[in-house]
Amino acid sequence: MAVNIKKLPKKPYVIPGHAACPGCPESMGFKYLGMALGDKAVVVIPAGCSSVIQGLWPRQGFGLPILNIVFAAAASTASGLARALKRRGVDAQVVVWAGDGGTADIGFQALSAAAERGEDIIYICVDNEAYMNTGIQRSGLTPYGAWTTTTHTGKKQFKKPMPQIVAAHRVPYVATASVGYPWDFIAKLKKAASIRGFKYIHLHAPCPVGWRFDPSLTAKIAQLAVETGAWILYEYENGKLRLNPPSNRLIDPKKRKPIEEYLKLQGRFRHLKPEDIEMIKKEIETNWEDIIRALKIQGDL
Amino acid sequence: MPKLLAMRGNEAVAYAAKYARVEVVAAYPITPQTIIVEKIDELISKGEMDAEMIHVESEHSALAATYGAAAGGVRAFTATSSHGLMYMYEVLWWTAGSRIPVVMAVVTRAMGPPWNIHVSHEDILATRDTGWLVSMAENNQEAFDLTLQMFRITEDPRVYLPGIVGLDGFILSHTVEPVELPDQETVDEFLPPRRQPYVMEPGEPKAMGNLVPDEYFEELRMDMQQSMENAVKVIREVGREYAKYFGRDYSELVECYKCSDADYIVAGTGSWMGDAKIAADKLREKGYRVGVMRLRWIRPFPWSDVREAAMSKKAVIVMDRSLSTGHAGPLFLELSSALEAKPSMIGVPAGIGGVDISYEDIERFTEKAIQLVEEHGRVYIPAMWYHLGKIFPTYPSSNVKLD
Repeated sequence: MAVNIKKLPKKPYVIPGHAACPGCPESMGFKYLGMALGDKAVVVIPAGCSSVIQGLWPRQGFGLPILNIVFAAAASTASGLARALKRRGVDAQVVVWAGDGGTADIGFQALSAAAERGEDIIYICVDNEAYMNTGIQRSGLTPYGAWTTTTHTGKKQFKKPMPQIVAAHRVPYVATASVGYPWDFIAKLKKAASIRGFKYIHLHAPCPVGWRFDPSLTAKIAQLAVETGAWILYEYENGKLRLNPPSNRLIDPKKRKPIEEYLKLQGRFRHLKPEDIEMIKKEIETNWEDIIRALKIQGDL
Repeated sequence: MPKLLAMRGNEAVAYAAKYARVEVVAAYPITPQTIIVEKIDELISKGEMDAEMIHVESEHSALAATYGAAAGGVRAFTATSSHGLMYMYEVLWWTAGSRIPVVMAVVTRAMGPPWNIHVSHEDILATRDTGWLVSMAENNQEAFDLTLQMFRITEDPRVYLPGIVGLDGFILSHTVEPVELPDQETVDEFLPPRRQPYVMEPGEPKAMGNLVPDEYFEELRMDMQQSMENAVKVIREVGREYAKYFGRDYSELVECYKCSDADYIVAGTGSWMGDAKIAADKLREKGYRVGVMRLRWIRPFPWSDVREAAMSKKAVIVMDRSLSTGHAGPLFLELSSALEAKPSMIGVPAGIGGVDISYEDIERFTEKAIQLVEEHGRVYIPAMWYHLGKIFPTYPSSNVKLD
């Protein structure tokens, strides 16, 4: 789906009064959300950075209606809200805007159930790979080797494959996205909004504070994640997998940038030993092998 | 024409949700609440009720989905018991603090361990501090009537708080009693279309539940307290209106049975207060002037009603189907405070975990309490536990030697 910038809403959806840190990927992502869905979106936000970023009453930094809710209940609250708006005949798209903890850890059960019920919502996991709002604690989506305040010597486990887990629920649409590729994210949001049923978008969101990099580098780090193959852009439409640019050109590992380029800019990986970097490389290969296997089974490779 | 049908308490509650034209129901099964959900699902399947059922994966999600639907502008309902209520506990606070009217039935049941599915009030009384209105039915008709009224009370702009209707597990939930069901037209006249302080609409930016400076947070809590005070007036008004439409008067937050000439008051809440009335009659035959004060409402606490009914009595015996372990029964503590402990106060934890308490049991411990007062003058006994026909004085110790 091509996106024409001139046809996107000019209205700012992230406005002065928000409380994001400099270089915050969540405020970038939320801006793209507004550009993609415009005034149709009604957003449910569980506990997390965006509970704070939206601003302190009586100010509001997000230009959309926002229903805040307790940590574990975003998908359930959105389910009820979507049903009510549908019953009232209101033309709206209910969106969950949740962090990695609110998605893969405490909110996982409610998310799985809403997916199974086929609720007509777009669930966006804004993945900054740790509990940043409470001060950088590890989550189920923190990658191998990353330092956090609860993994002082680096996390020893791998990231949960959330997009695949949601896709296994056989929902009509699952996609990955990155704040480094706004057009891709906006196009995926627009596609998701055109589909009825449960839609899931996993947005990679590098956090300068938690990942320990300069706030001017958020978009660059996000792009490096994709260019090195550490984050892969793809989508499942009715179960059919498709790689999206530029990841579709990176199946051959030789075409990817060295992972060190991505890791060396981030303080959270400063302590890594060569064997840790080997583990990370192995994890990346495993992720790609899964994608390649699926594409082969589909007959697309 | 209204019709009189035989039904279980849970079915009465389900019918009340139907008559209230509830549009979204989200619930998770837990004994002894399940019949409510099953009945609503059946009514929807048969086309008798026009509502969406969200089959959630937990009670935490049940109340969250109910809250989401209510915030989206429709009448929403859920029901639970015991562990389910505790599992959704944080969402209780969130719903009340958001000032979103929602109605929930709580079928009272013990908290484990060990597993016990029978009646106890520790679940419903744990909601006291959450900002929900809390009522307790004595019989199935009242469970129906309170549920219907709760929609109108919670949606009154002077209140705008969610509300719980409690009914005792098995004793009401699974017991068949005659219940009068009204005409839908009469209900529609009694219950106006839904009102709520705000609705989540696309194109209308607002942030509900976001961070506020501490001073505003406290002011919001002060406003909730004021709304609870307003609720006392609204409950009376709605209860009086209910009598006009349906012939049963609910203008009193406290039901008093033979209180006016009584020296001794037996106080409590829920279905066993019917047995307390029989016990009072039996004790009157023995020459003790005993009355019964039943709390129909726990929140708002019927402060003035309680004081008017019991302040000048010789003694108040409080039956508590729950215990704040390490102190006394919650109702004992609340009534002692409201009555400034001016009458002699005797707290009787009993029937916990569904242990059967007959009117003879109530007669027995009440007579024991009366004898203590007659022997010692003024007494204050927070926890005179009654278990299988015997008295067990428990923490904290009193000034009276019990055997």
